Amino acid sequence: MVRNDELRLRPPRNRVESRAIGWWTLQSSLFALPLPIVFGVLYLFIPPARFVFVWAFFVTLVPGILYMAVMPLWRYRVHRWETTDTAVYAASGWLWQRWRVVPLSRIQTVDTMRGPLQQLFGLSGVTVTSASASGAVKINGLDHRVAAEMVEQLTRSTQATPGDAT
Amino acid sequence: MTSETTAGRRAHAATDPWGRLNPRLILVNLSVVAAPLALYGATHAVTGGEINLQVLITLGSFLITCLVMAGISLMRLLTTRYLLTDDRIELRKGLLFRSHRSVPVDRIRSVDLTANPLHRVFGLTSLEIGTGEHGESAGAGLSLDGISKKDADELRRQLIERRSAGRGLTVDETDGPIAEMDWAWLRYAPLTIWGVGGVFVAVGTVYRTLYEMKIDPLELGIVKDIEDRFGSVPLWFGILVTVLVIVIIGVIGSTATFIEGWSGYRLEREDGGMFRVRRGMLVTRSVTIEERRLRGVEVAEPLLLRWAGGARLKAVASGLGNDEENSSRSRLTPPVPHALALAVAADVLAEKQSPTALAELAPHPRAALRRRVNLALGTAALTAALLAVPGLWLTPVLVHTGWITGLVLLPILLAYAFDAYRNLGSAIQGRYLVARSGTFARRTVALQREGIIGWSITRSAFQRRAGLLTLGATTAAGTGVYKVRDIAVSDGLALADRAVPQVLAQFIERRPGRG
Repeated sequence: MVRNDELRLRPPRNRVESRAIGWWTLQSSLFALPLPIVFGVLYLFIPPARFVFVWAFFVTLVPGILYMAVMPLWRYRVHRWETTDTAVYAASGWLWQRWRVVPLSRIQTVDTMRGPLQQLFGLSGVTVTSASASGAVKINGLDHRVAAEMVEQLTRSTQATPGDAT
Repeated sequence: MTSETTAGRRAHAATDPWGRLNPRLILVNLSVVAAPLALYGATHAVTGGEINLQVLITLGSFLITCLVMAGISLMRLLTTRYLLTDDRIELRKGLLFRSHRSVPVDRIRSVDLTANPLHRVFGLTSLEIGTGEHGESAGAGLSLDGISKKDADELRRQLIERRSAGRGLTVDETDGPIAEMDWAWLRYAPLTIWGVGGVFVAVGTVYRTLYEMKIDPLELGIVKDIEDRFGSVPLWFGILVTVLVIVIIGVIGSTATFIEGWSGYRLEREDGGMFRVRRGMLVTRSVTIEERRLRGVEVAEPLLLRWAGGARLKAVASGLGNDEENSSRSRLTPPVPHALALAVAADVLAEKQSPTALAELAPHPRAALRRRVNLALGTAALTAALLAVPGLWLTPVLVHTGWITGLVLLPILLAYAFDAYRNLGSAIQGRYLVARSGTFARRTVALQREGIIGWSITRSAFQRRAGLLTLGATTAAGTGVYKVRDIAVSDGLALADRAVPQVLAQFIERRPGRG
């Protein structure tokens, strides 16, 4: 019987660029490193309070380094995307993972977005919005060319689909 | 349509076809300025003519604020003009930043009338037209702030008439209201948790105001008196009395809120497929929701209300504004008996029976219960540890308080966990996807399947290990996403696939045979 079949969500077909790992690492370093650096500097310049700062340095550094080491690789394994004739399908996240599907007939706008860090790695992001207030589907870490092609293709097929997308 | 052409001719025949805000708005502005002056007078009388600089500055800045507000409002009165033509409404306003908006009548999704007490004294009201655009800011709709009640009702009637004329929807005036205020519902009023919180807010505000006016509330005679009495009775008695007083004030507060918010409540079906909710004692509100934009309903049962057999009904509709506006405008009923909420839901959705009434919502797997029990155990253990662990160094009293708190919390939290699991459920009921969850506030949502415009599936690390997922149906209506929580992976995907065929199917792999 069909109802007894075990169903599973297959991952989207395309991975994001491997350069995205570098981008995520750089991005996470901006969060993770400033605090240990400050404590490190304080350690060097205030010798009497060194016993405090050496602890503060390691307590802030170790989780930061772990985050920088684990998060980007993990994300790279999860982040995937796919467009078909009828829908956009994207997976994202690492500890909390999210799979999103938007039918082409429900798409309202398709934009590309390139932050300064993304540009540094030659990456680009595509944002697909629908009429829902729950937020857009964002596919980050694509190559410029791939992103541009995707936007063009989506724009073409959404224009071809009738309806007011609500 | 004859009515349309005559109305159109009338509009063109007048010397100035543009409507304006009502001149009585000037009186409203004057009374706004009167408030600080009255306060000054009162302070003068109370303090016997001795007004120090602090008070003067406070009242002075208050006066200036009011003057500025009055000025802005006066400018709005002078510059705002509106015109209703056959197929669109136009609005011009502003002096320095002039704006001219023109909205086709068939794009209008809601027409709201709101009148605050000051407006009502002068027979004025505010009319707001919603176009239901998501991308724009909250002020995206058209608003006429201060037209006479007669004009507002007339404009509202015409707008809706034209809309329905354009749609070819007939007007049926024979139907009675779907629901009307019944004062027996007042018994549900105290069962909102906000009552107690409101007490603290009110006390805080009063304290702050007195403090700003250089009156130390703690030095007042009454407060001193209470303080003395408190000192002369045993501690447990004092605490008991305090809790009792807070609860009583809370009950009074939430009852008052209920009376203010829901007096004159009336939910009715109107011309051209619109619902109208009218309510309010001091501030009167009238919200109009287009039936075509209704995507479902939500039955909300906060814990206390649920125990008393009550529920509130909310509309899941698009075009009701941002989250905050949506939460107040989507209310279809006050707290009412559960059966009545379901009857109203069925009536509003034009179904025989409310889809949320379904007894046989499919339960979710035991793993969902395990998650909730683990959360309960974790919370109890953490609370105990937070008290007990510092106690190891400080004092054994804390250690004892810790483990006793943990032991007391444990059965309560476990009861919540089991209740939360029992409440979990989901099903497809005809045109609707039905999902229920929550224990402190149990919500049952029925969402039209054709209103689902995508899926958002989330899995935390724990859910992945337990083989669960949270299925979010995204929609243009209401809060944007409605979730089926902690459903088994396979069941969740099957549910999504059945709810909206052809969307998710291409991304699903089937492996035959589960036993």
